[in-house]
Amino acid sequence: MMHAQSGIYEQDEHDRLRILDADGTVHPDATVPDLSEEELLAMYEALVLARRFDQRAISLQRQGRIATYAPMTGQEGSQVATSYALDEQDWLFPTYRDHAAKHVHGMELSSLLGPLRGYRQGYAIPDDVNVMPEYIPIATQIPQAMGMAWGYKLQDQTDRAVLCHFGDGATSEGDFHEGLNFAGVFDVPVVFVCNNNQWAISTPRERQTASDTLAGKADAYGVESIRVDGLDPLAVYQATRAAVRKAKEPGPGEGRPTLIESIQYRFGAHTTSDDPSVYRSEEEPAYYRDRDPVDRLRNFLENEGILTDERQEAIESRADQRIENAIEEAEALEADPDDIFEHVYSETPDRLTAQRDDLRELREKYGDEAFSEVLE
Amino acid sequence: MSSYAETLAENVEEQSEEPTQRETPEESDSVDELTLVEAICDGLHTEMSQDERVMMLGEDIGRNGGVFRATDALYEEFGDDRVVDTPLAESGIIGASIGLALSGMRPVGEIQFMGFLYPGFDQLVSHASRLRSRTHGQLNLPMVVRMPYGGGIRAPEHHSESKEAFFVHEPGLKVVTPSTPYDAKGLLTAAIRDPDPVMFLEPKLIYRAFREEVPERSYEIDLGEAAVRREGTDISVFTWGAMTRPSLIAAEELAEEGIDCEVVDLRSLSPLDFDTIIDSFEKTGRGAIVHEAPKTGGLGAEIAATIQEEALMYQEAPIKRIAGYDAHIPLHALEDYYLPQAVRIQDGIREAMAF
Repeated sequence: MMHAQSGIYEQDEHDRLRILDADGTVHPDATVPDLSEEELLAMYEALVLARRFDQRAISLQRQGRIATYAPMTGQEGSQVATSYALDEQDWLFPTYRDHAAKHVHGMELSSLLGPLRGYRQGYAIPDDVNVMPEYIPIATQIPQAMGMAWGYKLQDQTDRAVLCHFGDGATSEGDFHEGLNFAGVFDVPVVFVCNNNQWAISTPRERQTASDTLAGKADAYGVESIRVDGLDPLAVYQATRAAVRKAKEPGPGEGRPTLIESIQYRFGAHTTSDDPSVYRSEEEPAYYRDRDPVDRLRNFLENEGILTDERQEAIESRADQRIENAIEEAEALEADPDDIFEHVYSETPDRLTAQRDDLRELREKYGDEAFSEVLE
Repeated sequence: MSSYAETLAENVEEQSEEPTQRETPEESDSVDELTLVEAICDGLHTEMSQDERVMMLGEDIGRNGGVFRATDALYEEFGDDRVVDTPLAESGIIGASIGLALSGMRPVGEIQFMGFLYPGFDQLVSHASRLRSRTHGQLNLPMVVRMPYGGGIRAPEHHSESKEAFFVHEPGLKVVTPSTPYDAKGLLTAAIRDPDPVMFLEPKLIYRAFREEVPERSYEIDLGEAAVRREGTDISVFTWGAMTRPSLIAAEELAEEGIDCEVVDLRSLSPLDFDTIIDSFEKTGRGAIVHEAPKTGGLGAEIAATIQEEALMYQEAPIKRIAGYDAHIPLHALEDYYLPQAVRIQDGIREAMAF
């Protein structure tokens, strides 16, 4: 197969699980997952929230109120659906782009903004939440998620699975291969979700690998895989839910680990510091915008009579209110310079304590303002 | 990882016994005369017997018992869920160890030789070292990464590195290296029980160099504490791992010339025991540092700088660094010239004394 133009290759859509067509009608022969009206509405509300959060975060960055942000528009359908497919006790390993996945699995919106404002309080994990702090290096979370799942299996905690996110670029890193290989060999309860958004910053999917599919790489490790339309939240939910169940209770002849290739598109820039017009055409995002996951679920819910205009308005205004509250909380965060020296080790070495004291003395002597003065 | 590993294991032969000063086990203890590598195996065995969360993972550590036999017979006793032969993948071993520790296990990963660690370096410095800090103490990683290191056993290229400075430079990692069988077991026990990730560097030159009494019971040697191996009044010699023995030998020979050396085995390279270093230096006023790693940017520079900062007024002579050269450790025909041997150590100490 020739892949002359990036992304367009992915337009062959007959090779992946789909439940909703682009216009939100149920795909012929597809079965809608067994979700109640409330669950479907909650999933939709999370999608609306994610989309609006993303737009707001980009604008906050433009205003200088947060630092570099990795937008998720186009990918929030898959993020929300994968987290909905988890049970509460399952662990999530997110990347820097998986804001919605983190939120649906329990992280507060304000905590998503914390690190973007430079406060590590955003990495704090609430007691009843199983979400790792985001992974910024590429693919390093894959062997770790595998290791955690392996540990739960060794301890007979068979009601736990671990879900690990990464992108198409990550499949070129050694850690992807080491993690999947271990997962196959030790048959661990892990679900790998490859968010194939077609672009690793400026590098197109076909420059990452000559393989026809990313899912196909799992074959090399004896790991089962599935390709799913990542712009279809219901399809992603169904595939992920099945993978989570299989991780915990594999059927005869089934392995526990699964690789899900969730085929998506990054509608916007890699981060707020990136300009995609340098490396890709305008037609390409337009193609995918016609398949928007938020619109798709909305149309489905409207067709089913579940979503009314009134509900839509209520959902939007709740989302906006929550986002404003989160921003207010994030902007109220404070940091103590002593923080730098804490929790480096279980017990702080004397030398580090002395360094903390040095900084305290300097602050005392010159005042905190002096530390942000630009010397010319 | 290495096809040479089997023959190398044979190269680490028992050498003539040189007594070293050490802590004496209590008389009531049942003791065995063990080599350093046997003491490591014994330490692993003791901890695995007492704590079922402790498991090991690495290449050729199971049926084969490790290329240096550091995990000898553990697979037979504890089974392949706890003594795991992994695929050949160092990042996988360390990354998996991080995840295992998060799940509640206490993994001890083995890297077959320090020279093959580098694929896993990212996992160590991007994650293992900083997860406690990132989560403000919510998550910690009780994990150990063991590996043989250092030269002197006529090994092929990539089998003789001393890269301890890489790890010491990284906040959040602890780094220890024993120089005696007794310390090997005690430090390893403490490392396994420690709530932080510990790099446990094994000086393979002295894996089987000598035996000493090692208690069968479990015991810990606190991480972060140096040991004064020989007391002296004229010059402080700071060293660790396999360089401790030649430093002690040099000290005995110099004693005949009337130079009374104090030899400090640091044992813990991170955190460093600055109190013992400074106390010793203030007593002698002169210092030498002996390490295998290249001189520039080596740990010796940190020790010398700290002495300058904290004990300048006691200093009577420039601090001498007797180290590997700023070149790659050569193939073994020349490694005796590269590694600090007793002759170089003595010469360096004489120079510091003559100033």
